[in-house]
Amino acid sequence: MSDVGLALANPVDIAYLITGICFIVGLRYLSSPKTARLGNRISALGMLIAVVAVLTQGIVNWIVVGAALVVGAAVGIVSAQRVKMTAMPQMVAIFNGAGGGAAALVAAGELLKLYQSGTPATPDVSFTSVLSAVIGALSFAGSIIAFLKLQEVMTGRPITYPGQQIVNALLLLAILVSWGFVVANNPNELTFFWVALACSFVLGILFVLPIGGADMPVVISLLNSFTGLAAAATGFVLGNSVLIIAGALVGASGTLLTVLMGRAMNRSITNVLFGAFGAVKTTAAGGAGAKEHNVRSASADDVAAMLAYANEVIIVPGYGMAVAQAQHSIRELEDQLEKRGVEVKYAIHPVAGRMPGHMNVLLAEANVPYTSLYDMDDINPEFERADVALVVGANDVTNPAARSDTSSPIYGMPILDVDKAANVVVLKRSMNSGFAGIDNPLFDDPKTVMLFGDAKKSIDGVVAGVKALS
Amino acid sequence: MTEHLLTELTIFILAVFLGLEVISKVPTTLHTPLMSATNAIHGIVLVGAILVAGAHDTPYGPVLGFLLVVLASLNVFGGYTVTERMLQMFRPRAAAAKPEEKA
Repeated sequence: MSDVGLALANPVDIAYLITGICFIVGLRYLSSPKTARLGNRISALGMLIAVVAVLTQGIVNWIVVGAALVVGAAVGIVSAQRVKMTAMPQMVAIFNGAGGGAAALVAAGELLKLYQSGTPATPDVSFTSVLSAVIGALSFAGSIIAFLKLQEVMTGRPITYPGQQIVNALLLLAILVSWGFVVANNPNELTFFWVALACSFVLGILFVLPIGGADMPVVISLLNSFTGLAAAATGFVLGNSVLIIAGALVGASGTLLTVLMGRAMNRSITNVLFGAFGAVKTTAAGGAGAKEHNVRSASADDVAAMLAYANEVIIVPGYGMAVAQAQHSIRELEDQLEKRGVEVKYAIHPVAGRMPGHMNVLLAEANVPYTSLYDMDDINPEFERADVALVVGANDVTNPAARSDTSSPIYGMPILDVDKAANVVVLKRSMNSGFAGIDNPLFDDPKTVMLFGDAKKSIDGVVAGVKALS
Repeated sequence: MTEHLLTELTIFILAVFLGLEVISKVPTTLHTPLMSATNAIHGIVLVGAILVAGAHDTPYGPVLGFLLVVLASLNVFGGYTVTERMLQMFRPRAAAAKPEEKA
């Protein structure tokens, strides 16, 4: 054991290595719905191994740790089991915020410990502990605002005020300056650490406030990525490889999803975050108000007849389906139509809903097989052959202005080519413009009929109509 | 930069590339469960939380430690439970047609 190279590895580190492998294999198994569940369990097993390993590391405060574990587990499991599938984005936001907050506080705790023991932190540790605190606090505060918006406790519309960018820039500057003082071992380094933490918290709130509800898929992915990076930074502070590996995996995943979501809206991430949309919005909304719509509205029975005698129907779900919890009714409609020999497919836009893949989860909850769900690129050529496109609470992702109208704020965004179907039925609560406040010429199209009302009630009406026809 | 930090950076960067590689294979159908699964994975910060909270010289006493571990374990247990709930709903056509078993 005299030679360092021959020293036996610490069993705890071996356990961490196994955990890292479990996480990677678990994520790998998520590449197919068939193996995904196994993947999640492998990942959970890895987590269990790491937690058991760390509990052997000379824990003194057993009561604190034990009680906290029980409370956290109980609240986490119960709320995760009770939450409705439509509220999933909020739930993910909360758990994400919890992780970010924990990462920030672990860094704080470690720095305080070093400070109290009288050994000054090395520049490496000071640098990464501020990094962890800053990203973690940003993620924590941002997630809370995202939660409040998604839960509709506060308005989902962008909140803007004059000087927004200047305030954000000043906060960022304050964070960077305090960071510098901490790394330089300033005698007041702890004070500066708290300043950095507090400024990041405020910045997290301010940076999510101006982002509109329709952009939430981007924000949620980004916050997920932040918490991952905060966990990785905490790993650097503690010199713990499993935190670094897990944090890097999550950071990479969140970043990739953020980029995918941005691409699906044809917008750069900076554009989403720094609210160019909000500025355009006012003019677009004003225009919509001035414009007279000339729409045809239909009854549920009209729509039922149209669907019942079609060969192929493509259903386009959007956030309106989630709000009305209409997914089970839609599934029933699909069953009724298929009984009559109508082919039913679902067209899923990447940013439909409030988080990546939101529609897929809701339809899966209603027992729609995932093999009936089609991505935008696969389904778009199919609309030409469809007799009816049934749009349930989706708006901007079907707006043909994105293809043709260069003055539209969503010009260039890839859309579902709903207007290419022989007939279009749009289910909508009212004639109010969509979330982003952009006018949709699809509604004026002569082959479009509108069915106004709550999406669930409308679909139930259509189902009754189809049943009556047989 | 210390040798130790360099080793850690190496691990971090390799893990980022591995993450991008693995995640890019996840189909859009599973993007929500993916978010939720990675959400659970960053709960690994629980390990750090236990280390800090469990040490007897916990700064600011047991309050900070308790809060830490509660937050992190909320993330872990909630994250895995939600992911499991989501994933058990995904069925192919044959299985979806069968009478639904209550979850």
